[in-house]
Amino acid sequence: MTTKRPLYATVLMYLALAAYLFFLGFPLLWLLSASFKSTQELNSLAVNLIPLDWDFSNYSSALERQNLLNAAGNSIFVSVVTMVIAVLLSMPMAYALARLKGRLRAAGTVWILTSQVFPTILIIIPLFLVLRSLQLNDTLFGLILVYVTFTMPFTLWMLQGYVAAIPPELEEAAEMDGAGRFTILRAVILPLLVPGLVATAMFTFVSAWNEFFLALVLLQSPELYTLPIALRSFLGAEGQTQLGPLAAGAILATIPSLIIFGILQRKLTGGMLAGAVKG
Amino acid sequence: MTTVEKSPPPRVKRIGARARAQRKEAIALVVPALLPIIIFSVIPLLSGVALGFTDATLARNADVNFIGLGNFIELLDDSRFWDSFGIGLVWAGSVALLTLASAMGLALLLNSDLRLKGLTRVLALIPWAMPPVVIAIVWRMIYNPNSGPLNGALSWFGIPGVNWLGDFSTALPAVIVVGVWSGIPQTTVLLLAGMQSIAPEQHEAAAVDGAGAARRFWHVTLPALRPVIIAVTVLDFIWQFNSFGLIYVLTEGGPGGRTMIPPLFTYLEAFRNREIGYASAMGNVLVIAIMVILSLYLINQFRQNKKVSA
Repeated sequence: MTTKRPLYATVLMYLALAAYLFFLGFPLLWLLSASFKSTQELNSLAVNLIPLDWDFSNYSSALERQNLLNAAGNSIFVSVVTMVIAVLLSMPMAYALARLKGRLRAAGTVWILTSQVFPTILIIIPLFLVLRSLQLNDTLFGLILVYVTFTMPFTLWMLQGYVAAIPPELEEAAEMDGAGRFTILRAVILPLLVPGLVATAMFTFVSAWNEFFLALVLLQSPELYTLPIALRSFLGAEGQTQLGPLAAGAILATIPSLIIFGILQRKLTGGMLAGAVKG
Repeated sequence: MTTVEKSPPPRVKRIGARARAQRKEAIALVVPALLPIIIFSVIPLLSGVALGFTDATLARNADVNFIGLGNFIELLDDSRFWDSFGIGLVWAGSVALLTLASAMGLALLLNSDLRLKGLTRVLALIPWAMPPVVIAIVWRMIYNPNSGPLNGALSWFGIPGVNWLGDFSTALPAVIVVGVWSGIPQTTVLLLAGMQSIAPEQHEAAAVDGAGAARRFWHVTLPALRPVIIAVTVLDFIWQFNSFGLIYVLTEGGPGGRTMIPPLFTYLEAFRNREIGYASAMGNVLVIAIMVILSLYLINQFRQNKKVSA
């Protein structure tokens, strides 16, 4: 496809690639290295990625002393429940968006797009009031309901892309045999949709797991804090001595998302976007 | 995102029981998702707009009065808000454009015949996977004046250290770098998808005509990517304009308000000063700003489509 390239151009391209890799990869490496460093080393200006003497106590200290274990539990609970509810509620509507034409589809698309560009800051104020009047503010359940709603534009968009990729002829055949819409949904669509459901669920999990702003506003009790809020609060209490456990906690908070992105990376760099965009 | 629906196929009016049954089915499919959307998204959105015209505060049992354009008139003279608005434009504009430029370079490298690009593709996704709070924590460590690797590396060359996030002149550029860092993966993926949908024949034809790599990029890749580039940049700008977590954890708007982007300013007004009516008015101004940008984009899009079909 490409014509012959002079050697110096190839060398330059590899140098550029290396520069990108360094820029994009260095922060995570630095965090990983900091999580194993002793307090003394952390407070020095020495730039070494491999700790001089390995200190594993940062991890235990992060989990025990800083109450991150409790926050991790809250995060897992909120993310898993959000994931399950969001996918269950989105599937039928995604199907309707992909298959039924007309005003419903138009209204759904407009809402999905609007919610992508609307400033959360304007919604969060009345949302806080709505939750307060439902007595759901400062509860994990209230946070889950909000997460379900806020991830839905994304889950709907992705799932309707997957539904649209299923040939409608399959449904027509089932319809000829006298199957109703819900039978078709369960027996024809659902089995074919499993890969799409899994990918969508994983993304929903990650976005709930990583979310910061809504949790910051909606949770006040420290025992309800999710991991991002707990990490941030421990940053506020950052004496010079806390950097090691903070880095360890940050690494622990990143691992689930990294694993899921690793699993999904083919979909990310490949067909998923094309499929979801074409709709 | 950018597909524009062709005029719908002529709809045959279906009459009678079948149509009604279908409508019922459609309602049953949609209602479970629609309920939370209405309660937690549509209603708050509308009442957020309405709150901007009241003097509501967070205090319980306080009287809420409709005060018309009062908040907006007050806002016109609020120089702190407009400073913040300007910082928001600089922040979002710089991040969107620098992200585009960096992501374009990376996407071109990943679309070439280099080795190791499989590995690079995976590693390049790291910033996307990291929670914003963790991103902010890492970069606070990197920028730390007394123990950060950035000042450490500068000291090798005898350059004195800088208090990156604490200094008036470096704070905004420093957070912009973090914004670009976290935005590169997503933009790269979108640009790469666009590049891969360009038919190789186009490049071959240009190469046969004697066009070098630079000219092929300028005359083949760039025009074909135009819609993707514009859409991605507009979206990036809006997302960055609305973003909150990264800067909140990095600087909390400091030093001296130099990184006080509008969502942060509005948040502090609502939840620290507890003036939610006034804060909602600010939110409304932000919505108007975003709508102006979006409509410019849509008008441009519409003109392009007209040109193509004409």
